[in-house]
Amino acid sequence: MAVVFEPTKGLTDKPFHYCPGCHHGIIHRIIAESMVEMGILEKTVAVASVGCTYNCYEYFSCDAVQAAHGRAPAVATGIKRNLKDNIVFTYQGDGDLASIGTAEIVHAAARGEKITAFFVNNAVYGMTSGQMAPTTLLGQVTTTSPFGRDASYQGYPINVSELISQLTGAAYVERVCLTDFKNIQNAKKAVQKAFKVQQAGLGFSMVEFLSTCPTNWGKEPVEAMEWLKEKMIPQYPLGCYKGQDIDFANLGKAEEKEG
Amino acid sequence: MAGKRVLMKGNEVIAEAALRAGCRNYFGYPITPQTEVMHYMAKKMVQIGGNFVQAESEVSAINMVYGAAAAGARVMTSSSSPGISLKQEGISYIAGAELPAVAVNIVRAGPGLGGILPSQGDYWQATKGGGHGDYRNLVIAPASVQELYELTVEAFNLADKYRMLVMILGDGTLGQMMEPVAFRDEEPIETIEKPWAACGRNGREKHNTVTSIYIDPDELEAKNRELQEKYKYIEEHEVRYEEYGVEDAEIVITAFSTCSRICKNVIKQAAEMGIKVGMIRPITLWPFPSKPIYEAACRDNVKAFLDVELSAGQMVEDVRLAVTGKKPVYFYGRMGGNLPTQKEILDKIVEIHEGRNA
Amino acid sequence: MAKVTFRDDLCKGCGLCVNACPKGILELDKSRLNNKGYHPVSCTDQEKCIGCTFCAVQCPDSVITVER
Repeated sequence: MAVVFEPTKGLTDKPFHYCPGCHHGIIHRIIAESMVEMGILEKTVAVASVGCTYNCYEYFSCDAVQAAHGRAPAVATGIKRNLKDNIVFTYQGDGDLASIGTAEIVHAAARGEKITAFFVNNAVYGMTSGQMAPTTLLGQVTTTSPFGRDASYQGYPINVSELISQLTGAAYVERVCLTDFKNIQNAKKAVQKAFKVQQAGLGFSMVEFLSTCPTNWGKEPVEAMEWLKEKMIPQYPLGCYKGQDIDFANLGKAEEKEG
Repeated sequence: MAGKRVLMKGNEVIAEAALRAGCRNYFGYPITPQTEVMHYMAKKMVQIGGNFVQAESEVSAINMVYGAAAAGARVMTSSSSPGISLKQEGISYIAGAELPAVAVNIVRAGPGLGGILPSQGDYWQATKGGGHGDYRNLVIAPASVQELYELTVEAFNLADKYRMLVMILGDGTLGQMMEPVAFRDEEPIETIEKPWAACGRNGREKHNTVTSIYIDPDELEAKNRELQEKYKYIEEHEVRYEEYGVEDAEIVITAFSTCSRICKNVIKQAAEMGIKVGMIRPITLWPFPSKPIYEAACRDNVKAFLDVELSAGQMVEDVRLAVTGKKPVYFYGRMGGNLPTQKEILDKIVEIHEGRNA
Repeated sequence: MAKVTFRDDLCKGCGLCVNACPKGILELDKSRLNNKGYHPVSCTDQEKCIGCTFCAVQCPDSVITVER
């Protein structure tokens, strides 16, 4: 018999500290697998943000830099501008990217920085125990929206992929989830497409992963996935919001057509 | 441009010096009175194939600096007081992750939006660490456009050598003034290997991580001890200052940068009045020249110190710490962007000389 | 015939693999605990395993290796 699935070399052998059933672990793995499969691990630099995955640099086998809360896209800009042939990605949660780091992500995309942002949307601040995030759903109970998010004084969820895809500098934006085999394989395709967009220098790329947070949602891991499918997907429809039809085979010609 | 003297504006000389020091990254944001640094970089950095980004904010700019430094590149940013306040978190991260970088603060009057005229009111922020945690920046205060050139080039060597942020603390006067500068044919660039940089493994056996977080308190304490040892070494080896006529001075002035220039004339005028005045001019504000000030305080000829600053008095505390109460330390300062006139300082000197000290 | 093997001590008993297995042959072994104090996953009927890797792909902690 042959091995058809085994742990990837793209990850170190340090066990994840994430809660049972948290999708961060799946996302880490498909990014790591993609780096190995695409042969780019040796020239990738990851930028960790602040949140549950503040130390994801201990899990990815590539070089990595830890950034201040919300500033990963700026750190990545500084890195990529100097290492033009390297692959640079940020790994950020919704508090990091959509709250304190909004300016950084918007301007990195607007500048068309040739970096990739992996954005994990789990509708709460995980690390600091479940506060409301910009992506918290209306009516969703969190430690800072204990009566359920009320638009009248806590405003509305932010659809980041739709927002970023409006920026010309953004070449590829897709929202995926990890609730089953098909979705995980699709998410992995999105990860690799984002890396390809970066390699081809087409501009900024971002993959938004809807992700569970069993601990702070107060739900069993499987039940949390149901809630994600039932409640989060309607607010955050899956799909490609920019760069659906990038034809990597003949990029040169594609530009001529558009030009 | 080598060798011959060129009339140039302070802010532009800083940018030219950085390029000559091999800096190929500038990340900045517009703010008076330092914007010419950015204008110069917007053209010249791009022309030589370096990286120039006008960031969306100073907060982003300092984090771009953090990124470029983490990748092993020489990098600079410049701003003025309010902008430097926005960069304090990033500067603390740079200290924690031990990254080499140069930041220029062309100080303007504060607090708040304050004014756009010169000040030295960021002394405490620069030397005591404006961000969180126990850390230091190496802070250099040039007093002429020629020094802006030479000390900016030096700043990059020091940053790489000690893996820390070196701050050039100027002020609006220095940045906006034009003086002749003599450029060297070749710059004394000390290139240092950076095996720790996160630039892609490219076959390297272990992956590099640049970080400032250590959840384990023992690890973080060990890291802090390492930093403190580095700072102690710097305090013993990198102090720079200038001394005038302390050996027979009755009153010793302590002043840096723009103020020290005004005081030089005051010393001449006082001499004509028969009052012997000397001066100690710190060039590095951290590490602070405590030793020479203490030695001056021990001299019988020295009766008192007069600290002159463009602030409500910040460096004066370090002077008092150095003098350890041996002699009285008086203070004279202007704020809001006003500069003290020679007469104001001379009146103060005469007061102290005649024992009518304020 | 296919085979799944588990790195028991990495399992956090989250049950995502149990839910993902189309053949329903995975369960959390209530009779033992791993060094984290979780009931680790175990395969109740290796014969029925078709090596589809659904379990391994869904696992957040890379516990499962699949052979076919």
